Amino acid sequence: MAFVIEPSEPEKIVVDHLKFYYGNHQVLKDISFKVPEKKVTALIGPSGCGKTTLLRCFNRMHDLYPGNRYEGRILLDGENILDPNYDVIKLRIRVGMVFQKPTAFPMSIFDNVAYGLRLQGIKNKTELADRVEKALKDAALWDQVKDKLNKPATALSGGQQQRLCIARAIAVEPEVLLFDEPTSALDPISTAKIEELVVSFRDKLTVIIVTHNMQQAARVSDYTAFMYMGELIEFNKTEELFVKPKEKLTEDYITGRFG
Amino acid sequence: MDAIKRRKLINSLILVLSTLAALFGLLWLFWILGTLLYKGLGSLSWEVFVGDPPAPGDNTGGLKHAIVGQTIIVFLATVIGIPIGILAGTYLSEYGKGSRWANFVRDLSDVMMSIPSIVVGTFVYAIMVKPFGHFMGLAGSVSLAIMMIPIILRTTDDMLRMVPPELREAAYALGATKFKVIKDVVYRAAITGIVTGVILSVARIGGETAPLLFTSFNNNFFTLNIFQPMASLTVTMYDYAMSPYKYWQDLAWAAAIILTFGVLGANILGRVIAHYKFKK
Amino acid sequence: MAKSRGFWADWTFGKVAALSALLVVVILIALAVVLYGESKLAIKTFGVWKFITSTVWNPPMNKFGGAPAIFGSVVSTIISILIAVPVAIGVAIFLTEIAPHYLRTPVGVAIELLAAIPSIIYGMWGLFFFAPFMRDKLQPVIHATLGKLPLIGQWFEGYTPGIGLLTASIVLSIMILPYTAAISRDSFKMVPDILKESAYALGATKWDVMKDVVIPYAKLGVVGGVILSLGRALGETMAVTFVMGNQPVIPHSLLEPATSITVTLANEFTEADTDIYLSSLFYLAFILFVMSFFVIVIGKFLFLKKVER
Repeated sequence: MAFVIEPSEPEKIVVDHLKFYYGNHQVLKDISFKVPEKKVTALIGPSGCGKTTLLRCFNRMHDLYPGNRYEGRILLDGENILDPNYDVIKLRIRVGMVFQKPTAFPMSIFDNVAYGLRLQGIKNKTELADRVEKALKDAALWDQVKDKLNKPATALSGGQQQRLCIARAIAVEPEVLLFDEPTSALDPISTAKIEELVVSFRDKLTVIIVTHNMQQAARVSDYTAFMYMGELIEFNKTEELFVKPKEKLTEDYITGRFG
Repeated sequence: MDAIKRRKLINSLILVLSTLAALFGLLWLFWILGTLLYKGLGSLSWEVFVGDPPAPGDNTGGLKHAIVGQTIIVFLATVIGIPIGILAGTYLSEYGKGSRWANFVRDLSDVMMSIPSIVVGTFVYAIMVKPFGHFMGLAGSVSLAIMMIPIILRTTDDMLRMVPPELREAAYALGATKFKVIKDVVYRAAITGIVTGVILSVARIGGETAPLLFTSFNNNFFTLNIFQPMASLTVTMYDYAMSPYKYWQDLAWAAAIILTFGVLGANILGRVIAHYKFKK
Repeated sequence: MAKSRGFWADWTFGKVAALSALLVVVILIALAVVLYGESKLAIKTFGVWKFITSTVWNPPMNKFGGAPAIFGSVVSTIISILIAVPVAIGVAIFLTEIAPHYLRTPVGVAIELLAAIPSIIYGMWGLFFFAPFMRDKLQPVIHATLGKLPLIGQWFEGYTPGIGLLTASIVLSIMILPYTAAISRDSFKMVPDILKESAYALGATKWDVMKDVVIPYAKLGVVGGVILSLGRALGETMAVTFVMGNQPVIPHSLLEPATSITVTLANEFTEADTDIYLSSLFYLAFILFVMSFFVIVIGKFLFLKKVER
């Protein structure tokens, strides 16, 4: 019953009959679709539909808590990342994540961005400085913080902190970047800046973004997946999905009849 | 990728170390608990609960005097401590809200909570035992009450502040006086929390020995007179454990297990109530 | 003018509540004033600096110096903190990040219950079980290891009857362990999950998250908790009274019997037969009060207050 297209671009991630359980409660019900490489894919749906749960499967964040179980496969470049033997630490270096709220660590601005690099064993000062600068520039934050790199990151405004978190995530040059409702805690101006950033990542890396805001999905994404009650209802090019939805549920949702 | 391997190695090492630390810490604690259970349960008998105090060297006798004394001292402390603690907490939350004076009282009360208990004992000795010329059970209760008040004050204050302001406003809107609002609405909404606080404070002071050493002192005879020296389980334990008689030492262990069960029982009761109250 | 119904009940209740709050302040001030007043005779006779530094505590001669008791209190507190804090933080790390989830709550509750066990139980265990263990089993080990160290080796020489400064310090450290562990765990728990997840999302290990995120975030709370534990150790009486030995001397070795402020008070307060003797004991109590007052104020207001905000 679900309408799922094959993207025309090469696929980066293949979700193959994915099921996910919290204890005995099944949250994701047999989800299959392909995430195209170097495009922005949005996950939308009413709250509780499982979009965040699905997002957190891509870097196995669920492993941190007990009683969670995956079934099915998620292939990243053809390798099943749900395999218990797959190294989650290496996975998380390849698949970065930006959270609902800004999560600046209790350290300086520079150290925040350098954190992931240092975890990978980069100690060389010039290399660190170069890569931090590049990440901050890519996150459109460099001009505002270049004179106070040693100040605590918590002194920045909410929107700046969120861009700092994006800089921190892209500093390690991940192949995939996950966004979990990245603007839900921000004002409209900061939101617009984050959206610009997301759009600027298109063609550089594969982005998957969860959003509760349909306009945002329409503005930033190339493909959109609509989920409802743990199922994937429709996956299509964004302009198609919003203009002529193929499923009744999708249509009801985007026209604001529920959700 | 070498750095990742190293980090993983360090990680495993630390995980093992901290697990060992936890085991090491628990090992001692279980040694103590095991000893207490072994010696205490071995010394318990009906005689312990009903027997009169033993004479030196005697092999019969029990702790009736100390159990009754302990109960009286703790009960009186509660009677003194509850109204003062609850009223003071009410003042901080309902009257002084946010004022500098209220914050000052709250801070001082926090400090009072951590004052060494033996210091409280010397204070009560100076204000009660010295003027009257002899030790008395009531002085022990006052010492314990002084330790109890800040605990009850703190929980009452915290619990009352959790009552939503809309509830008070709704009552005021009906024309109730402040006293009526507090009595009929605020206390009712916070009652479980306050009861929990009281029970936990009893658990906390019930096992105190130091504040009783120079106040209620000890009494080798059964007494109900709170103006006379009065035995308590804790001071009796101290005296009997230090004595040379084997039977007295056994009685000290019996007292230890009765006291521990009492204190832990009260503590668990308080937690269970809190657990059901705040589960949502 | 007629007052509305319930006015007087309302008025009285408000005043009684205000008086109760005032009483808390009065008690604390009275405590300080009374202790000072009772110590006055000793303060006049022995002075401040002289009392603190004098090592002679001789009741029959009416000569009283506080140095042995103060020394014992300070040293036993420091040693117990040195032993308890690393173990307690290990326990807290174990409980927040490492233990399987089904173990966290039961072990956590067990630790909290252990913190609720009356301290006199620790003291009795110390006297009947730990002191002989110390004398027969630990002493040779200590002689062979710590006693061989340069400089501090001499602190571990000599023979112990089982009870002594080190024994008391160890019992004290076991007593404060659950308390310190519970406070540290609570501080660690206050770190938001999302912050930890952000570090995990960058490929951090549990230990990386602990040392780079959790500990820096919770450090004020942990330091405050350690200081409060220190205050608790300083004022603890029953856990040490049984095993300190009550010898009013500054011992040459940690293995020897000594005393502390609380031990001296517990043992001698009811036996003081002269005014100057009793006043000297009050003086010790006053010193203990002042010391713990500052420790508490530093712990609570310099560290823990910042955490609450």
